[in-house]
Amino acid sequence: MTATEFALRTDGVGKRYRRGWALRDCTLALPAGGVIALVGPNGAGKTTLLRLVVGLLAPSTGTVEVLGHDVTASTPQTLSRVGFLAQDHPLYKRFTVAEMLRFGRACNLRFDQGLAERRLAKLDIPLDRRAGTLSGGQQAQVALALALAKRPDLLVLDEPVASLDPLARHEFLQVLMGAVAEGGVTVLFSSHVVHELERVCDHLVVLNHGRVTLTGDIDTLLAEHRLLVGPRTATDLDRAGTVVEAVHSDRHTTLLVRDGAIPAAPGWQAQPVALEDLVLAYLRRPSEPSAAVTSGVAA
Amino acid sequence: MFVFRLDTHSGVPPYLQLVQQVRQAVLLGFLQPGDRLPLIREVVEDLAINPNTVAKAYRQMEQENLVTGRPGQGTFVNEQQSAVMSASTYTSLRRGLATWLRRAYAAGLDDQAVNALFTSVHQQTRNEDVA
Repeated sequence: MTATEFALRTDGVGKRYRRGWALRDCTLALPAGGVIALVGPNGAGKTTLLRLVVGLLAPSTGTVEVLGHDVTASTPQTLSRVGFLAQDHPLYKRFTVAEMLRFGRACNLRFDQGLAERRLAKLDIPLDRRAGTLSGGQQAQVALALALAKRPDLLVLDEPVASLDPLARHEFLQVLMGAVAEGGVTVLFSSHVVHELERVCDHLVVLNHGRVTLTGDIDTLLAEHRLLVGPRTATDLDRAGTVVEAVHSDRHTTLLVRDGAIPAAPGWQAQPVALEDLVLAYLRRPSEPSAAVTSGVAA
Repeated sequence: MFVFRLDTHSGVPPYLQLVQQVRQAVLLGFLQPGDRLPLIREVVEDLAINPNTVAKAYRQMEQENLVTGRPGQGTFVNEQQSAVMSASTYTSLRRGLATWLRRAYAAGLDDQAVNALFTSVHQQTRNEDVA
């Protein structure tokens, strides 16, 4: 049961390249059946983490457990349960779509070609076209159809919609969410775009400077955080829970707090915080907050 | 068939938006007892939205006795008991609000000021009720 409860668990995972640490001390437990967004600015370590998850990289420290199995000891059988769509949806540009499907069938233990063909027919993507002559949105759909044809238990996508126009992005997410609705697949995708995340994911991992700064169920995170607006003050903070971010103007103060009650002082109002603002506030925090606190170095 | 919308700038969690839309449609009579809501799958593919979000909204509506899910058939709007306000209450509340709005505009408030005032009083009233 524990094997299926979490699609992904990492414990103290770090990855060091020659130029330094790309990822440090990453401990996560991501539930199965959800859609998990991994967000952070470029260079935050998102791609490194995803490559560790699918076994393309080995961690320098810690362990990565996917679908209950240690990734470094993964067999073709366990790998066949994980789908991976790399950045920019790479296809063999000179292959026709039909040849891509044949290639997929030949290279995978599990491959439901009929499923892929039905998906592509529904999108009016002709099988006899060379992949390189399709539009960007269609190429993304072909790559997604290939990944879904594996019927993976965990589907990992690296910046799947970053290069797509708004319409293609919507269509891509329609298909992806439809696949989740069919059941059985956990989706983990990275994005540096935080707009509209709420719509598609239920779990969030914020990565910044190679460290996890926030992780959790999105509804829970939104319920825990709120924006307090009141007269400018520096003294009432003790009533306000953990202050994630404080912004002062001449006369009033805006606090983003976690687990905080509304200050009893008059003039304070609490507002829910939008997910986008929440993510941005965490990304604006100085790096290595825990280290800064323990070493007594205040920014 | 009922069509859901999603406002990604409202700050209201998506699942709650779905619940509120059904609640409001029932209140205003756009949805009537026995009407079928779209399947979760249909909402997902229409809005490109997370299925767990839609499932959560439907669960919440069932808990509120707003709808009933029948396995294999779909989700149907329930006969509402006392929750639906009477037509006269609705008309009178609406008239009161319209009067208040006209006074606010006459006093020089614009839409934003009206919203700010409403939100502030609304929150204060709710907090007083909780305390």
